[in-house]
Amino acid sequence: MDPVIELDGLEVRFGNRTILNHLKASLTGRSIGLLGPNGAGKSTLINSLLGFHKPTSGTARIFGRDIRTHAREVRSLIGYMPENDAFIANISGVRFVRMMAELAGLPKEHALERAHEAFFYVGLGEVRYRNLGTYSLGMKQAAKLAQAIAHGPKLLFLDEPTNGLDPPARLRMIQLIQEIRDRGDLHLILSSHLLRDVEECCDEVLILKDGNIAAFCNLEEERRANKRFLELETRGEINGNFLSAIEHLGCEAATGAQGRIKLVLPDGLEVRQLYEVAAQQNVQIRRLNHKRDSLEDIFLKAMEAADGRL
Amino acid sequence: MAVYKKTYRPYEGALTSSLGRFLVIPRYAFEDMQKSRFLTIFFFASFIYPLICALIIYVQHNASALGLLGVQGARNLISINVVFFMGMLGWQSMLALFMASFVGPGQVSPDLANNALSLYLARPFSRLEYVLGKMWILMVLMSFMTWVPGLLLFLLEGYLEGWQWMSDNARLASGLFFGAWVWILLLSLMALALSAWVKWKPAAGALMFGVFFVAAGFGVALNGVLRSKWGHLFNISHLIGSVWVQLFEGANKTTNGAVFFRVPEGEELPLWCCWMALGCFCLICFYMLRRKIRGAEVVR
Repeated sequence: MDPVIELDGLEVRFGNRTILNHLKASLTGRSIGLLGPNGAGKSTLINSLLGFHKPTSGTARIFGRDIRTHAREVRSLIGYMPENDAFIANISGVRFVRMMAELAGLPKEHALERAHEAFFYVGLGEVRYRNLGTYSLGMKQAAKLAQAIAHGPKLLFLDEPTNGLDPPARLRMIQLIQEIRDRGDLHLILSSHLLRDVEECCDEVLILKDGNIAAFCNLEEERRANKRFLELETRGEINGNFLSAIEHLGCEAATGAQGRIKLVLPDGLEVRQLYEVAAQQNVQIRRLNHKRDSLEDIFLKAMEAADGRL
Repeated sequence: MAVYKKTYRPYEGALTSSLGRFLVIPRYAFEDMQKSRFLTIFFFASFIYPLICALIIYVQHNASALGLLGVQGARNLISINVVFFMGMLGWQSMLALFMASFVGPGQVSPDLANNALSLYLARPFSRLEYVLGKMWILMVLMSFMTWVPGLLLFLLEGYLEGWQWMSDNARLASGLFFGAWVWILLLSLMALALSAWVKWKPAAGALMFGVFFVAAGFGVALNGVLRSKWGHLFNISHLIGSVWVQLFEGANKTTNGAVFFRVPEGEELPLWCCWMALGCFCLICFYMLRRKIRGAEVVR
């Protein structure tokens, strides 16, 4: 698969401070999460990819286009939802999005149509003629998303999209992001310090720490791998026949205290078959857990690494 | 009523040319300006002086009108010459300064205050295009206030006087055009630079006048203390006046500038110094804009 973003020794320095330190990675996922504590360099990375900060050395490529030499072309492929409040004063919501779409190159009639569509899509259809200054925080976030998608970008940068949102508004925003992701028309980069947001929306995660790549993992693969690990809790002592029966199915099994069994399931084996074997052996399975190496585990492991590199 | 699908779909239509994309900014700005009654009235009121000038030109060439008024000798009273056109440009340029101080501060500061620059510059749209788009608003308005009526008056006089007059006085037309553009560029750059640095609009507007009058006062004080004429390098109206005299008359100068832009007798600075000072002024404005017009603020 062609990489969406290739970081090729990207280094960004502000004065004597190194903000991004020779980043090297190839991101191919449909939705990529950028994780890291505050000051890790997430926003700087996005700003550098947008051309706001000039790399001190190295470069990055977006869809194969170098950000140093093809900055304008790169920006024509991108939609950007910034972290902070960003809007144009004294202008209605739909006019704002229309103007942004026109600046991205859409003819004015198309821009108007797309602005209306984007506003309805993000759930602000009824307030699209209201002045942006009168919007609540949640509405402003949605309006920022509308301006980011109105011109139909191929890559969407979302910088802390759920910042300051109450739970229902956050849920709506996450659903919108998931819908956009699932349509498959564009790739998205979601920068957040909220693990849950990234876990719910992304299939790849790049974890930054102090300007270095602390971890890079494919969440889909992690999830798939996790599904093959099971922990069973049976009633009473572990029946030896049951163990040999499940090993006969191809499972690797290890017994623990109080009737616990840890299993690695072979490909193609369904959980239902375990229950069938248990029933045949008169074993009662009281609990069955998929072991989950959660994003939190991955993140914490990455943060523990002393120099920020795994 | 249109029904909009609540779904996301990619855009696959044609795109506009990137060359003229900066014109999106002035188009929206002009739409907004029309909502301001004060600015609209001020803009149209600025045509009163050129209309009076047109009337003077017409009456001068209409013997029956002169007879009707009983002022046959008036033709010799007001001459349609370099003083007439430079005077008109002087008045109109002062009105342009007011217009720039009303419109200019509202150009960049709201975008900076609301972090809108990151939205503009995340698109295939450069910093230069942003500045050009914002300047375009001021340049169009001030053009309609200065060289456009000036050239129309020149054409009217040429039409009434004949082709020979036009060819003899072609320098007046070029002086009007280029002289006005020097002023327009200077004002536009200054208005945007101040708008980028001073976020409070009334303060930025007041500072526009401050740069002219306070700097001129400083220059005069400097002249008084040092007993020299070099303090006029801080006096923008002096510099512009010197440049206008050259553009309107070349080496054969008969005037010492226009109203508001007069160069006192004996205190003329070398012309290259005036051009250099104006150039430096523009470079400072460019530098100020370059520091502020960024997609993301760099905290070192």
